[in-house]
Parts: sequence; structure tokens; C-alpha cells
Amino acid sequence: MSDYAGDFLREVEARVEEGEWVKMCMQCGVCAGSCPFGEHWEHSPQKIFMMIRAGKREEVLTSDSMWMCTSCYNCVVRCPRELPITQIMHGLATYAERLGLAPKMQPTRRFSLVFWNNCTKTGRVNELKLVMQVYFRNGFIAGLKEAWNMRRVGLGLLLAKRMNPFELFLPHRCKDQKGIQAMLKKAYEIEDRKRGFDS
Amino acid sequence: MKKEYAFYPGCSSQLRGSASNYLTSVNSMCETLDIKMTPIPDWNCCGASISYAGSGELARHVMNARNFALAETHLPGQDVVATCAACWLGAKETQEKLDASSQLLAETNEALKQAGLKYEAKAQVRHMVEVLIEDIGYESIAKPVVKPLEGVKFAGYVGCQTNRPFGIAGESFENPMYLDKMVETVGGEPLTKYEQKVSCCGGALAFSEPDKSQKQIKQIVESAYDHGADMIVTPCPLCQANVEIYQSEINRKHGTKLAMPVAYYSQLLAVAYGATPKQAGLDGHVIQPKKLQDIAIKVVPLKKA
Repeated sequence: MSDYAGDFLREVEARVEEGEWVKMCMQCGVCAGSCPFGEHWEHSPQKIFMMIRAGKREEVLTSDSMWMCTSCYNCVVRCPRELPITQIMHGLATYAERLGLAPKMQPTRRFSLVFWNNCTKTGRVNELKLVMQVYFRNGFIAGLKEAWNMRRVGLGLLLAKRMNPFELFLPHRCKDQKGIQAMLKKAYEIEDRKRGFDS
Repeated sequence: MKKEYAFYPGCSSQLRGSASNYLTSVNSMCETLDIKMTPIPDWNCCGASISYAGSGELARHVMNARNFALAETHLPGQDVVATCAACWLGAKETQEKLDASSQLLAETNEALKQAGLKYEAKAQVRHMVEVLIEDIGYESIAKPVVKPLEGVKFAGYVGCQTNRPFGIAGESFENPMYLDKMVETVGGEPLTKYEQKVSCCGGALAFSEPDKSQKQIKQIVESAYDHGADMIVTPCPLCQANVEIYQSEINRKHGTKLAMPVAYYSQLLAVAYGATPKQAGLDGHVIQPKKLQDIAIKVVPLKKA
């Protein structure tokens, strides 16, 4: 980003949702100790914030760590500076995705994109399709294998009438799907303009 | 006087959805408490907390604002009430952001215009639990009880998103008491020392990171066993689904024999108010909540003076 003259903190402040809060981190580490998935990531939020200030653009944006966020908001309510850490993690992940730097095979990245496409298509989530899209993401054979492994769960839900086999053909949907598509298109346009993605 | 709300039921509550029995029990509970919930016409998905990579910032707010605009038009003056934790969180976040920024509100309305809508920024977003505690009150929740849930031990699993970042007014993030109080109010025994009360079940990552999430779920269920619980009770549809349905997976992988029922607070209230198992959505479980079913079927209702 030539506009930011190598100043990654300024870039994050301008282009990442809630990015203006990053500089307020005082490196206490409470977020790192509060994360339920703490043992699974390489960089804690605390580390990510320091890396941003140190200008480690590539390492931050290609990191797997933001994608480990379960949106539990533990870090947010415990942060002594009351920083919106969860939202910043989502914002950084989104920004990495926009730049094409996010790790392509990261499972939560793929699920996030599938979920948004799923729910905006008709205005409502199609749960059965969502599950199928997740299981068959690595091809047909892998999908069958995963579905077979999960048969107890699926059958249980089917018997409990909490899964609808007809949802693939007759999905729940909003009446004004056209309006929803039009307003979303406009929203993307406005945000691209605001964050400088249209140039 | 009948209390009236603009109801935002959310995707998982729809017919044959993963939390359809939650909605069934909420309807039964609200009928007893004389609460009128009118669904917002043509409501849409909030985007949940997982859709960020595709949605970005504004599109997410626009989705929520569409529901607000529809509520303002069709159900003027009524608070928007969500039963799902993620719907509530997403909607409330949008409400607060748009209240705080006239620029964001203007951008949202520029997009909404494409759907012929306008949001006047009047929405008040609340969770069903807030309606119960703040508008009805524990005393009035107790009044219609005809079948106290005597002798049933409940591990109150509050989870994340009805607790953080907003939470219920007057409660702490680390040890909220409202769910235990609700259990007590309908005659059950709350296990107040249950230490997994506000742990995370993995949320949406139960799909994308099943092993990491099931590790969380295993702890949540095993701790309930350790405390002698008959069942877990929760206010969140994703907590309910994750903690209930993956127990068979955990058993398959770890050789455990977990079979801990997981119910909604609304099912407890509905049963205590004399609902049939069907009315209380008790037919919608993968692990049968036997003690609740027994009370719903066998116990003779108390006569109210």
C-alpha cells in the first residue's frame, strides 16, 4: 500500500473495521489468557496488535490466528482498556480476505464465506444446504465419508424434527429477495468507496 | 395489560430448523405469561457472528437495519425481541453503532433505499430473557407455576453471547445469576457452583473446527456430570444444539458415555406452567430430557388458589 508509506498501523486504522483502536493496546496479555482456543493459535490478539505496530504486514494478514475466533467476547469484557478485540479480529480477517492474503484452506475462513453466501441468497439461512456445503467442501468422496461419520448426529436431528430434508428444494426464504440483493449491492459499493477498494 | 413485542425469531427457529423446539416452547411460555409476540413481517438473517469475511461492515448493519425498518413500519413503538443469542447480539450491535454514528446511519439508509425502506433509528433491541426479567419479573414468572420442577438438578449453562459483550443488566460477565434464579423460580434446583457456566462451546466453529469445539463441549458436559446435574439448561440455540448433538460424536471418538440432556429456559417455564411435552418442545431432543418429560406427563398440576 503505497498510500500508507509502509505504515501498517495507519493502514489498519483506515481500512480495518475498529482498526483505530489497535494503538490503545497496552500489551497486558489478558486477551491471550482468556481465549477458549488459546492453545490452537500462533499469535494472540496481544501479539497481533504488537505486530501491527511493528509493521509486520505480511505476517499479520497471512496469520491463521484471527480465524480461530469463536466470537465468545471473553477478551472484550476482560480487556482493561475495553478494546473491541473480537471485532478487530473479525475486521483483520475480513481485510486479509479482501486483499487475497488469508490462508485459502483455513476451515473457518471457508465456513464464513459459505455462511454469508448461504444466508444472503434468500435472506435466511438454509441449514441443510449449509451442512452439505461444509461436508462436501473437499469433494464428493470426502463429503460422503464425512456425512457417514456424522450419520448419528444427522439421524438424531431428523428424528427430532430439527432437520428438514426438503429444505434443498423448498427453502425458507424472504419474500423480498430482490430488495435484499439490491440493498446489499449498494452496501458493498459504499463500503468499497469508503475503505478505498474501488480505485 | 398484554405486553406486545416485535418478534425476531431468527433462522434456526423456523419450522424443522435446528431450534424449532425453542420457538415452540417460547410460544407456550408467552401464552401463559400473556406476552404477545408478533413476528416482524419478512424478517431476514442477521448474518450471525461468523459471516464477517463475506459481509464486511456495512452489509451486516444493513441486514439488521432492514429488520428494524420493517418493525418500525409494521409494529411501531414495539421493542424488537430476539430469542437467539446471535440474532440479539448482531442486531443490538447494529442498533448501537447506528445510534452512535450519523454517517453510518446515512450510509445504511442509502442502501436500504434500494429495498424501498428507511430506518428512523428508533429500534430498541432486547433478548427474551430481558423481557422476562425486566418486564415480567421473577415474581410474576413464579405465579403461573402449577408443576414446580421439584427434585430436578439443573446446570445453568449461560454460554457466551447472551452474556458478552452486552449481557443482562445487573449481572456480572464471569458469574451471571439470572439463569439459576429462573430455575429456582420454577421450583428446580440450580447447581450454582457449575464452573462451565460461561464457557464457550465453540459456537460456529463447531462446524469448521469440530475437534477443538468438541473438546470445549466435553468439558461443559463432564462438569455438569461432576456436579450431579440431571440436565443442562441454556438460553442460546447454538449452545443447545452444539452441546446436545455432538455428545454422540464425543462418545464415538473418546469412548465416553455422555448422554446429558440440554433444554431451554423456556421449556422449563412451559413445563412448570403445565404444558404438554409437545407444547414445551420436548419432542425435539436428540437426548431425551426424561425428568422434564415425566413432570409434563405424570405430575398432576397444583390447584391455584
